[in-house]
Amino acid sequence: MTDEMIKQAIIGIINDINPDEDTSNIDAATRLRDQLDLDSMDFLDIVMELRKRYGVHVPDTDYEHLASLDSCVNYLRDKMAGKELVS
Amino acid sequence: MSHYDAIIIGAGMSGLAAGIRLAMYDKKVVVLERHYVWGGLNSFYQFQGHQFDVGLHAMTNYAPRGARGLPLTRLLKQLRIRWEELDLHQQGHSAVSFPGLKLNFSNDFELLRSEIARAFPGQIDGFDALTRQVRGYNEFDLNAPTLNAREIVESHTTDPVLADMLFCPLMFYGSARENDMDWDQFVVMFKSIFFEGFARPQAGVRHILKLLIDRYRRAGGELRLKAGVSRIITDGQRATGVELDNGETLTADNVLSSAGLVETGRLVGSAGLWPADAVDVPSTAGADKMSAQQAAGTAALRGKLSFTETISVLDKPARDLGIEETIIFFSNTERFNYAQPNDLCDTSSGVICMPGNFNLPRQPKDHLVRITNIANYDKWAALGSAGLRPAHAVDVTSTADAHRMSASKAGQRPALPYYEAKQHWYARSCDDVLSHIPDFRPYVSLVDMFTPRTIRHYTGHEGGAVYGSPLKKRTGESGVEGLYIIGTDQGFLGIIGAMLSGISMANRWVLQRDNAAVETT
Ligand SMILES: Cc1cc2nc3c(=O)[nH]c(=O)nc-3n(C[C@H](O)[C@H](O)[C@H](O)COP(=O)(O)OP(=O)(O)OC[C@H]3O[C@@H](n4cnc5c(N)ncnc54)[C@H](O)[C@@H]3O)c2cc1C
Repeated sequence: MTDEMIKQAIIGIINDINPDEDTSNIDAATRLRDQLDLDSMDFLDIVMELRKRYGVHVPDTDYEHLASLDSCVNYLRDKMAGKELVS
Repeated sequence: MSHYDAIIIGAGMSGLAAGIRLAMYDKKVVVLERHYVWGGLNSFYQFQGHQFDVGLHAMTNYAPRGARGLPLTRLLKQLRIRWEELDLHQQGHSAVSFPGLKLNFSNDFELLRSEIARAFPGQIDGFDALTRQVRGYNEFDLNAPTLNAREIVESHTTDPVLADMLFCPLMFYGSARENDMDWDQFVVMFKSIFFEGFARPQAGVRHILKLLIDRYRRAGGELRLKAGVSRIITDGQRATGVELDNGETLTADNVLSSAGLVETGRLVGSAGLWPADAVDVPSTAGADKMSAQQAAGTAALRGKLSFTETISVLDKPARDLGIEETIIFFSNTERFNYAQPNDLCDTSSGVICMPGNFNLPRQPKDHLVRITNIANYDKWAALGSAGLRPAHAVDVTSTADAHRMSASKAGQRPALPYYEAKQHWYARSCDDVLSHIPDFRPYVSLVDMFTPRTIRHYTGHEGGAVYGSPLKKRTGESGVEGLYIIGTDQGFLGIIGAMLSGISMANRWVLQRDNAAVETT
């Protein structure tokens, strides 16, 4: 999976969690929380969806790595390697 | 024998919401419901060809589409329900009505503020200060200390009548305590009613329940009706499963119970930390707050607040009689008394709901006036013997039309004190709202009424306690590993609150734990 696809994977999950959120202009370097209506329950869901869709496990202690799209990419690059994007 | 990741006791709002969360993430989950229909305290029924909701006056916590950070939005996200699907329609306006004083409010908070400035000019600064304190408080901090709301409110307003007028709607819609509220509960209710406000789907609670059931089934969850849990099985330490009324046993890693605190304690029996009639049972919980309560007797745990609800079908819309409000919270005495009455009912205060006065796209088929009054469960329970009627028909509805009954039907029925009492209190309840709304009685074509006994019969809540125990278990921990309290007695009340409770407890005790467990393996 390319870095771009990892971003798409995260955005896809956010779109499913909150269809009313506009995800077309997310700045990859800025914290997701500062741009979108995401609370700790939603981060749990991002983690749960990553596991369900991609078999990727994010331990509680690593939640901070999901802060921005860029940090997601860095953190997930190895874990998502070789996986197919699920829409 | 089936083994589940989680068994959920009760198909009310909290149980269904918890079930959706768990099924969504592929947990093997079953919701067990004793009744033959789902919904719990907020279910629905048919009566003489009419479709009635048990509870729904209003959904609190109204939020417009996409509104950020509000409970309704959180709930929709967690259950993957789109805002449009709820089909919410806002109230017109509502009121708090006391002798000689009336405060209107709507989903625009400014209306309430201006009403208070008008009626209590000396108090507006205090009210603003109270508002700021409410706004700044995080009611979702499950570990916050318990404070008394009355003390805090009275530190801001020096007029006890204003304080009572603020408490009145908040208590009626969500207090398990007499004449006071926990501060966090006050904040929850204040925000949900005054900041956010009321709305309802055109089709009432059925619509919400259908959404929940559909989501749950689509996610692969199993629902079993007429499947009462008679016992929660423990191995001394942990809950390991349940036994059903028919003797069947099911095992599970987790049990989430929405039956209530005292009721769940009963299901655990002597192995539990808080068996209900257990003043004489030695406490096992050491320093636990619960054991202190236990020593004092479980009486303190038992909720005292129950209600009667009358439903009057009018032959024309309430608006045509000049009733403009959606909901009126009233007290006929200057000081509002939110406490278990000595008599069967206390009709000197209550809630009057005109469901047709929401801004609905279509006028509902029935024109209703619903009146809620505080009632005394024990007094209702002591009346007559229900045995003369078939068990199912006992309480729900059968008073039928109180007027008609007194005229023609009385002779055909066994003169049960219970039914006579319903008739009597229906009439009193109507009489006592007439200083708040025009006389609607001549236009009533059909009446139904239910009592604390009905609530007990259909939901299993002891004492018909709609808001459960005055002691809440905010973290959901029951004292028994693997057994968690959700819904009313976890502390989030009402329709939205109960759903949020189910969601947050399912997240905390099953999903998060599960995710944490992966780490260690
Ligand atoms: C008359 C009335 C009016 C109301 N009006 C409103 C309103 O306008 N707005 C609002 O927001 N809220 C209202 N409420 C409150 C709201 O309905 C409740 O707060 C909410 O539904 C509670 O949900 P719950 O899941 O916590 O509990 P419940 O709904 O009580 O669910 C518990 C379920 O567990 C089942 N159960 C219990 N014991 C067992 C057992 N041993 N085995 C199997 N199943 C069991 C019960 O049958 C029940 O279905 C009203 C309530 C009443 C009674």
